[in-house]
Amino acid sequence: MANPARYWREIPQRYRLEAGKCVSCGEIYFPPRLVCAKCKCRQFRTVRLPDEGHLVTYTVIRVGPSQFADQTPYAVGVVELDGGVRITSQIVDCDFDKLAVGQRVRVEFRRIQKQGDAGILCYGYKCVPA
Amino acid sequence: MRDVAILGAGLNKKWGELWSMSLRDIFVEAALSALDDAGVDHFDSMYVGCMTSGMFVAQEHLGSLMADYLGMNPVPATRVESACSSGGVAFRQGFMEVASGINDLVLVGGVEKMTDVGGDEATHALSAAADMEYEAYEGITFPGLYALIARAHMHQFGTTREQLAHVAVKNHKHGAMNPVAQYPFEITLEDVLGSVLVADPLHILDCSPITDGAAAVVLCPVEMARKISKKPVVKVLGSAQASSTIALHSRKDLTWLESTAKAASDAYKMAGKGPRDLQVVELHDCFTIAEIIVLEALGLAERGKGGQAAESGMTALGGKIPVNTSGGLKSKGHPVGATGVAQVVEITKQLRGEAGARQVKGARVGLTQNMGGTGGSSVVHIFEAV
Amino acid sequence: MAGIIGYGAYIPRNRIKVEEIAKVWGADAPSYRRGLGLEEKSVPSPDQDTITMSVEAARKAIKRAGINPQEIGAVYIGSESHPYAVKPSGTILAEAIGATPEVHSASFEFACKAGTEAMFVCLCQVESGRIKYGLAVGADTSQGAPGDALEYSTAAGAAAFLFGMENVAAEVNETYSFMTDTPDFWRREYQHYPRHGGRFTGEPAYFKHVLGAARGIMAKAKMTPRDFTYVVFHQPNGKFPLNAGKQLGFTREQIETGRLVPKLGNTYSGSSPMGLTAILDVAKPGDSILMVSYGSGAGSDAFIYTVTDRIKEIQDKATKTRDMLDKNKVYIDYGTYAKYRGKIRRAE
Repeated sequence: MANPARYWREIPQRYRLEAGKCVSCGEIYFPPRLVCAKCKCRQFRTVRLPDEGHLVTYTVIRVGPSQFADQTPYAVGVVELDGGVRITSQIVDCDFDKLAVGQRVRVEFRRIQKQGDAGILCYGYKCVPA
Repeated sequence: MRDVAILGAGLNKKWGELWSMSLRDIFVEAALSALDDAGVDHFDSMYVGCMTSGMFVAQEHLGSLMADYLGMNPVPATRVESACSSGGVAFRQGFMEVASGINDLVLVGGVEKMTDVGGDEATHALSAAADMEYEAYEGITFPGLYALIARAHMHQFGTTREQLAHVAVKNHKHGAMNPVAQYPFEITLEDVLGSVLVADPLHILDCSPITDGAAAVVLCPVEMARKISKKPVVKVLGSAQASSTIALHSRKDLTWLESTAKAASDAYKMAGKGPRDLQVVELHDCFTIAEIIVLEALGLAERGKGGQAAESGMTALGGKIPVNTSGGLKSKGHPVGATGVAQVVEITKQLRGEAGARQVKGARVGLTQNMGGTGGSSVVHIFEAV
Repeated sequence: MAGIIGYGAYIPRNRIKVEEIAKVWGADAPSYRRGLGLEEKSVPSPDQDTITMSVEAARKAIKRAGINPQEIGAVYIGSESHPYAVKPSGTILAEAIGATPEVHSASFEFACKAGTEAMFVCLCQVESGRIKYGLAVGADTSQGAPGDALEYSTAAGAAAFLFGMENVAAEVNETYSFMTDTPDFWRREYQHYPRHGGRFTGEPAYFKHVLGAARGIMAKAKMTPRDFTYVVFHQPNGKFPLNAGKQLGFTREQIETGRLVPKLGNTYSGSSPMGLTAILDVAKPGDSILMVSYGSGAGSDAFIYTVTDRIKEIQDKATKTRDMLDKNKVYIDYGTYAKYRGKIRRAE
């Protein structure tokens, strides 16, 4: 993820949860797509996903990849934002024992990764208990 | 379409941390073993299944490399990639080449060399099987993804931690009888539950290891096999493949493997068989929970009840439908690209009656199921001894 | 008249007590508590920094103001812990709130008064008519050297203010700045921790400039301490603001609402700005507020605000500062604190 261009390209999604809504059938894609899987239409409108939702499932990562090694243990879950779109996100500022399927959560802006001491800082979304 | 047989099958001598063997050595060793088993010293075309030699050893162009090192230039040689189902998909490609009549003798091999990089880089390379931008970027690991599935399965169906552990115990019991296996020893339920947590609720002993290894088979038309083979002929009855979303969060149902169910359904149809006709199965137990949900998708266990299979002894050697007699990915090891082909090698040995201590008595019909990522791809094959 | 149309703050969840720090360095906790007037401070999680806190504070400000972020003409973050030495924190903030691309930005630094500098500049731009709305944030995740007195107080937090001409909740009646070259506290480039002049940071530094600015603005506005409902000073510890208030003739009650430091610590560029948000959370129409910041180096910015009817409509639109301070907090030990703050030497 060190590459500036690769990170920058996803900024509208990572900072503002921008998704694409099919103009024909209304299906919402996050991240946005070029072709609708449902109706094959190729036109989309930009929409912002809601910043609240609930936990569909979760786990606590105790052995993490190197960029996250300092943060273990940390919780990650599949969050269904209000409206139905699902994302994979860390769950922070939480008690692991209190995590539960169905729990309400809220999106917050956090730093996701950094490339050592000299590389770029990568920001994005995490969820906190609502 | 012609009927296709497995003429030869073999693995490299030992799976594990093979410090003194390079990627190309491991593959060649397995290929030679398969060619010897087949009783031929040449082939018309070859396939190499490998998830990511690029990220593990910075080597691509494996087709050319392996054909060269097998002394088989100028045969066509194709690298196949489908994450953890690279081997199974490579097998299907080889099957189709023989079935179509394009070539008679096709070598299909799978290989992965994972220990030239440290644990961190290996984890990073493996996460390429997931959605790098929207899953891996957030800090999820593969054990983490399967842990999400496990939690959902436990919540939805009441599957227990012990039921997951039973899968690991069973597969180690089988693997203890497999000299090639990376971990050829038994483990107990307490061992699993007492081992360090990797991603709740999965412990380290719920997870398949990092392994170097390779497997290979030689395919030919059934008619040719009947003429030249000194061994019982094993025929490919059904072959099917399906895809699903790359990201777990995009699935409608997190605990249902749509790609496996579709591939299985197509394979059963092609083979004219059903789950009840199977006598031995090799499936993709990358994590204990994976075996449980694959059993459900294959129709070998009722939806939600997959946890009872290992616990009750149904899937153990001697049980109703032995699963992963090789030791599975858990005990045998999981050199990613090799796994799908190694599954075919085990079923071939079972259907020929060559499985020794692991033999399922009277096994005539077997199935392999290989999948990539969290089920983004699945490939199912059905075999019969003829 | 121009003024604050929206405001918001952010405080990380983690807290560490004075006792916990004193234990490690063999210091006498009760005397630190007494001497600093401090009980505990906030600590940012490893995934938080000046920018992440600024985004959360700014989102609250925008929610309260109820404006379209595309109409924000300038975004400034004042901090002494900008994550990049070169690359303004404001571009990331502006992108996150949806204010790009027609927007000004720059990173402000003036030790602890970088936030109020940003506020002053936004106010002027709005008053001049050059921009419609300006967003100014004071935020910090500053570091205190291990074992140094500052380690007890250096905390993390952010406060954001939107300035505009319509629907103003707190009008800016007067501004004043008092600045001299005073080397009381500094950090050279490439140094990890700042250094300070010990007791020199008191009378010739903090007090000279805070009192100078307070007296200066009150003279300019022809007001006395009695005319104010609230006053908020820069809060490096619990004692200094009380002392400054006393010297100027303010009562304890006027000071207390904005004095967050005993439970929050010194949030540097967020210090007096966060105190202001706590006041705005409970202020009533007609209330008069005096704010005096202080930044080492040294200088103080002073503002006089008058709260309008509009305050009642916006206070409850986002989480209040005292709620963030008192609720939902979790205590950590020194080892965790050192790990979070990068004070443990790692392998390359």
